[in-house]
Amino acid sequence: MSTAKSSSVKPSEEIENVVIRLAGDSGDGMQLTGNQFTAVSALAGNDLATLPDFPAEIRAPAGTMAGVSAFQVHISSEDISHPGDKADVLVAMNPAALRSELSKVHSDATLIINTDEFGERELEKAGYDSNPLDDDSLEGYYVIDVPMTSLTVTAVKELGAKRRDAERSKNFFALGLLCWMYSRNPDDVKDWIDERFASDDLIRRSNVTAFDVGHAFGETTEQISITHVVESADHPPGTYRNVNGNTALAWGMIAATQLSGLQSFLGSYPITPASDILHELSKHPAAAFRTFQAEDEIAAVTSAIGASFAGDLAWTTTSGPGMALKGEAMGLAVSLELPLVIVNIQRGGPSTGLPTKTEQSDLFQAMYGRHGESPMPVIAARRPADCFECAIEAAQVALRYRTPVILLSDGYLGNSSEPWRIPDVDDLPDLSVEFATESNHENPDGSMDFWPYLRDEATLARPWAIPGTPGLEHRIGGIEKQDGTGDISYDAVNHQLMTDLRAEKIARIADDLPPPEYTGDLDAEVLLVGWGSTWGTIASAVERLRKEGILVAHLHLRYINPLPKEVGEILRSHRSVIVPELNMGQLSRMLRAEFLVDAQPLNKVAGLPFTVGEIEAAVRKAVHGDDGGSK
Amino acid sequence: MTTTETTTTAVDIPTTKRADWQSDQEVRWCPGCGDYSILSAMQFALPEMGIRREDTVVVGGIGCAARFPYYMNTYGIHGIHGRAPAIATGVALANPDLSVFVVGGDGDLLSIGGNHLLHALRRNINMTILLVNNRIYGLTKGQYSPTSEQGKVTKSSPRGSEDSPLLPLSIALGADATFVARTHDMDRQHMMEVFKRAHAHPGAAFVEVLQNCNVFNNHAYESITAKANREGMIIPLRQGEPIRFGPDDSLGVVLDPRHGAVVVNTADVSEDELLVHNEARDHPSVAFALSRLSPNMDEPTPMGVFRAVDRPVYGRNPVETEPPGRQLISDLLHSGTTWEVD
Repeated sequence: MSTAKSSSVKPSEEIENVVIRLAGDSGDGMQLTGNQFTAVSALAGNDLATLPDFPAEIRAPAGTMAGVSAFQVHISSEDISHPGDKADVLVAMNPAALRSELSKVHSDATLIINTDEFGERELEKAGYDSNPLDDDSLEGYYVIDVPMTSLTVTAVKELGAKRRDAERSKNFFALGLLCWMYSRNPDDVKDWIDERFASDDLIRRSNVTAFDVGHAFGETTEQISITHVVESADHPPGTYRNVNGNTALAWGMIAATQLSGLQSFLGSYPITPASDILHELSKHPAAAFRTFQAEDEIAAVTSAIGASFAGDLAWTTTSGPGMALKGEAMGLAVSLELPLVIVNIQRGGPSTGLPTKTEQSDLFQAMYGRHGESPMPVIAARRPADCFECAIEAAQVALRYRTPVILLSDGYLGNSSEPWRIPDVDDLPDLSVEFATESNHENPDGSMDFWPYLRDEATLARPWAIPGTPGLEHRIGGIEKQDGTGDISYDAVNHQLMTDLRAEKIARIADDLPPPEYTGDLDAEVLLVGWGSTWGTIASAVERLRKEGILVAHLHLRYINPLPKEVGEILRSHRSVIVPELNMGQLSRMLRAEFLVDAQPLNKVAGLPFTVGEIEAAVRKAVHGDDGGSK
Repeated sequence: MTTTETTTTAVDIPTTKRADWQSDQEVRWCPGCGDYSILSAMQFALPEMGIRREDTVVVGGIGCAARFPYYMNTYGIHGIHGRAPAIATGVALANPDLSVFVVGGDGDLLSIGGNHLLHALRRNINMTILLVNNRIYGLTKGQYSPTSEQGKVTKSSPRGSEDSPLLPLSIALGADATFVARTHDMDRQHMMEVFKRAHAHPGAAFVEVLQNCNVFNNHAYESITAKANREGMIIPLRQGEPIRFGPDDSLGVVLDPRHGAVVVNTADVSEDELLVHNEARDHPSVAFALSRLSPNMDEPTPMGVFRAVDRPVYGRNPVETEPPGRQLISDLLHSGTTWEVD
């Protein structure tokens, strides 16, 4: 491997995978460090999955438990799809980080501890009565003491940096040490530092120096006797990149724009964890993508409805509380039957809830969170890179059926990243649409009119006639419309008909859906049914269980409304149906109601993804009638 | 714009008359409603605006006046309560070539939709906003509105409304609107002139139209707008002229350092003390002072264009209108760090 040029004299051991967790103050740069370690691991060919885990406060009081920001990365030479249950290595930049994260690592994990921050005051802020480095509370762990702050400051001060500024480079020390321990190519990091900090030479040099010192510490310290190598994963050939869910989603939106030939319009109001999509899209005016930062969530969606009426491919992006505010406008979009994609990057709720943590608790809101009978397609992304395809699919459904569509992602998918084989753009679907250009209804006297609600027989989609088209002037609104003409109608029979038509239009989408992903042992008694970001964890659990000889099948639902036609039959063909969800049981209730099957919920609302172990335990219990003992 | 371009445009636009702008829908306002005369003034004025029907979009929220789009033979959206300026923003940004009109009442645009009105105005989005002010909730049958006078007895305020009313023009000027005007439903000619000026203004144009709801708030403006009262109660704003009104121009407006704009007998002041109306003043303070005259709509009330200033129209940061295509996707996905697996 090219990393051999780090010329380590220590022996090197090959390992299949490792889970590393970095933790420090919100201002310590843990997310940056974690992301960069991820990037160089991706360049080394590893498969990986990440879990950023940070507080909502930008800078909570330094040194406190409230301010701890963590980043977990799982790197492997095998295909993986989850960020790892517990970490093998924890980097703790201060006592608060150690105390808050210790429960998230294995009992024999390696702890890399910045001992400089373990003074009396820091220990007190973290709530320690005595120094855990001096008592026996870390027994069983492999503790590596590293005076990270002082080593960094000593080296960086020589460049002329002030002490305070010099201290800020200590995360690069940690990065250097990790890169040495896991044989990552230091040049990849240094190239990135050069680029990222090009505008400030002192900071750039400080970070490079801190990185080098960290790297050298690994080579010389007697506390570490061995380096580890995680070999390249066996990925299919192609060009790869690293991508997180929110970026992939934004790029999918740009791709849909190109594939449709339409200008895009995003109406959005900043909200965690969806704002990064607005940021990314604002960079691409050349892609015919216009972003509009609205005054509130309601203006964000209603401006998008206006843009759609005028012929743009329209989008709005938000998170749960913003979805609630958009509810009335979604009803309008259902009534107007205009294309619109509404993206919800779910977070912990209700109310402000856990803005930076993940949850799947907005499924009911997506399905039923509107007044009146207002069905809408609901699509959910399953992994970071999948957000790209889902954005294109959501646009495809919206354009083809002239309907608002809800696309669900979540905070975990949005912020976590994975290697992605860049798709061949020629394989992407054509989303081009035809606007109406001519009258479509002949009156008894032979004259022609344009009827905005005269539907396509197959899809029930109505024509999309945009302002600027002569002769097709028409008025649409939220008041119930006469079938065909679109004129105001309060007629009882017509309202029933229009309600039926709106429902039928969404139901018919199922005719065009591919069968759902249904894998594992299809004749197993136990079936796991998941949707959204739990896919990776469920798939990993299924793989592990099957390796042990436990039979289990896995059904993943990408389309939650309408459900693929095969779902009922699949559910009924298994004795035990388990539905893991990061909510209190939403899909499970939907499946019970729809198919009268005994779908058992497996729920978690802790702001974090499931662990593989949690899923495995549920299956063992179903198979053995208990948790299967401690295997 | 050069003369040549103006001529070309004029030739291109087909001649229309009022009837061309009327839709086939039955108008369903109460008999005697002031909205009829506003609709008709708009349909009379449109043929003189030099625009095509197909390039015109009318957006309403919810309320009596917000039904406007159904009656116009143009493109139109009848949206949801308060959100018409936001919907219209999307229309205007998606296609800057369109003439976009927003029509709403005082409840629609100042209560539930107050936020969107402020932001459409301060952004200077290219649209004409008619705020039809009858100082009452009509469609919900007679509750006090954000412009109702304090003490107003209605179904929801049997002991008199406690709320202090908003003055629409003051709100618009506070949001730094670039075009601010007032007209009323009893004077078609005045409405037509104001509507044409408003439409011709680049950016957001705000027009308050005093309107009589003869069912729930009859005679709200009679003391001002009835023919017999106009001479002494309407202060016509004429660009470049000292502000005078009343019998034999016996009344005028002066600026007073303590009280803003005040009405005086012209006999009591010298000619050069009278405020000379200048709608192009960059600073909104004088227009604001004028907007505070007759806060309860029972004193002499200025009518006409309060402010018309130039400011860049929103949406000038260029965005491609036609997506370049698949190559752009490929370039985007390959940007930054990538690696090959053989």
